[in-house]
Amino acid sequence: MRIWHGLLIALGLGVAGGLYITAPAPLDAGFASDHTADTEAGALVFAAAGCASCHTAPDGASEGPQVLAGGHAFASDFGTFYAPNISPDPASGIGAWDLPTFARAVTKGVSPDGAHYYPAFPYASYQNMTDADVADLFAYMQTLPASAQPNQPHDVGFPFNIRRGLGLWKVAFMPDGYVTPAPDDPVLARGRYLAEGLAHCAECHTPRNAVGALLTDQWMAGAPNPSGKGRVPNITPAALDWSESDLIEYFTSGFTPDYDSAGGEMVEVIENLSQLPEADRAALAAYVAALPPIPSP
Amino acid sequence: MKRIFGLSLATCALAAAAFAGSHANPALEGAVKARNAQMSVIAYHTGLLGGMAKGDVPYDAATAVAAAENLASAAAMKRAVLWIEGTEQGAVAGSRAKAEIWSDAAGFEEKAVALEAASSAMITAAGTDLDALRAAMADVGGSCGACHKAYRGPKN
Ligand code: HEC
Ligand code: HEC
Ligand code: HEC
Repeated sequence: MRIWHGLLIALGLGVAGGLYITAPAPLDAGFASDHTADTEAGALVFAAAGCASCHTAPDGASEGPQVLAGGHAFASDFGTFYAPNISPDPASGIGAWDLPTFARAVTKGVSPDGAHYYPAFPYASYQNMTDADVADLFAYMQTLPASAQPNQPHDVGFPFNIRRGLGLWKVAFMPDGYVTPAPDDPVLARGRYLAEGLAHCAECHTPRNAVGALLTDQWMAGAPNPSGKGRVPNITPAALDWSESDLIEYFTSGFTPDYDSAGGEMVEVIENLSQLPEADRAALAAYVAALPPIPSP
Repeated sequence: MKRIFGLSLATCALAAAAFAGSHANPALEGAVKARNAQMSVIAYHTGLLGGMAKGDVPYDAATAVAAAENLASAAAMKRAVLWIEGTEQGAVAGSRAKAEIWSDAAGFEEKAVALEAASSAMITAAGTDLDALRAAMADVGGSCGACHKAYRGPKN
């Protein structure tokens, strides 16, 4: 019930003031033009950001180059979203896009024709991406195979199917940049960039309010599993007493300190993290170990 | 083979249903406990091998082979009496088994066979040297993750 309330208010306001507040501006055509794109660095950004976990077909081959044909379904309280084709195919994918268009989609959540994307696409995290990482990522994605697979429309009912309302949602609920304060330590800073920027850990590990916004005061304190039974665990030190080396091992092999093995969606996250340099996994471990302890909700 | 497996699963489900009547079903709960105990045995021996692979514990061929043999025996336990239909997460307290174990029985069987193969290969590798053990560890670990990814739900 509360969901309808909030959304209807948001939509009402969206129609009244939203046209003005939420009209998205295009990015500068010279975006990152002083950066020479590096596809190898882009491959690591791609892995850390987990783009393939959502944009490859769920039953796709795990060997060989990733075909970003889309089709993966995401259940939510508002309906089912399907990840689109983002392969370099010019008609079905994003092969006709230039870098500023891509950067606006990934870091602002705005489509080439100015519509807002649903936050099931974790641009709220990707807004923290550096320009150089976006440029490298874009260059790397051009090297992947094209697919002509058409997009599957989202299965989302009224009023959630009105993208205009999302503009207000963004203004009201999207965290403005990082959630935890900037650390002085460069390792912790790298960990924060990976966790809150690229790897969007909070999208699964933080609970949401009635309109799907992350409850930042319960940062990483665990959440109901959106796609079924059980809970995504609390990873703050209030619930998890693993050492940093335990965490590094988990991010590398999936083994917990007592040799249980990670399951569910975390397996894909670990497949991605295990491709990163060890220093990045250590930075993530430092970030997780330093999270403010918050008891499970 | 598959038919027989399917049939015996159905028989077990019937047998289990025969015990039903009260709210908590001891037969179903027993199966969940037993297979988690099997998994604990698997995890313990994986830990012995993993400790050597990581260098936390010095490599010792005899210990490693014994651990690998127990791991392989545990992995080979007959599945029909442990993975009884009706024991998925939500249906029986403590279970984190996903319903897909039964709706996609062939896929689950494939993952179980992959662990059997990886742990048999570990017996030879564990007795060879530390490098062989390390290489075999990747397959063992991969087979745990592959099955847990598809067939095990998150914490209750
Ligand atoms: C958690 C799942 C998820 C992850 C991770 C993810 N996406 Fe997406 N992405 C989506 C969904 C869902 C949409 C559709 C949003 C909509 O229609 O409003 C989308 C849309 C897009 C679009 C717009 C495509 C179009 O045709 O308009 C682009 C581009 C894109 N994603 C790129 C990426 C890149 C690059 C990454 C990694 C940095 C990434 N995505 C990671 C789920 C995801
Ligand atoms: C797509 C959803 C998703 C994302 C993104 C995600 N996780 Fe997880 N995570 C899970 C689930 C589900 C589990 C439970 C795994 C299991 O059942 O074994 C988990 C488990 C964990 C655990 C083990 C906790 C425990 O008590 O066993 C840690 C640590 C962890 N995640 C850290 C992270 C970090 C750090 C990130 C970001 C780099 C991250 N996760 C991103 C879904 C996710
Ligand atoms: C064929 C599928 C499969 C394979 C292979 C597999 N597991 Fe499991 N495992 C499961 C399922 C399903 C559960 C949850 C069972 C339940 O709750 O009823 C589980 C549970 C566990 C548990 C929890 C036990 C408890 O007491 O709660 C541990 C620990 C574990 N597995 C470790 C491992 C390790 C280590 C490996 C690899 C060496 C492995 N598993 C391989 C399917 C598998």
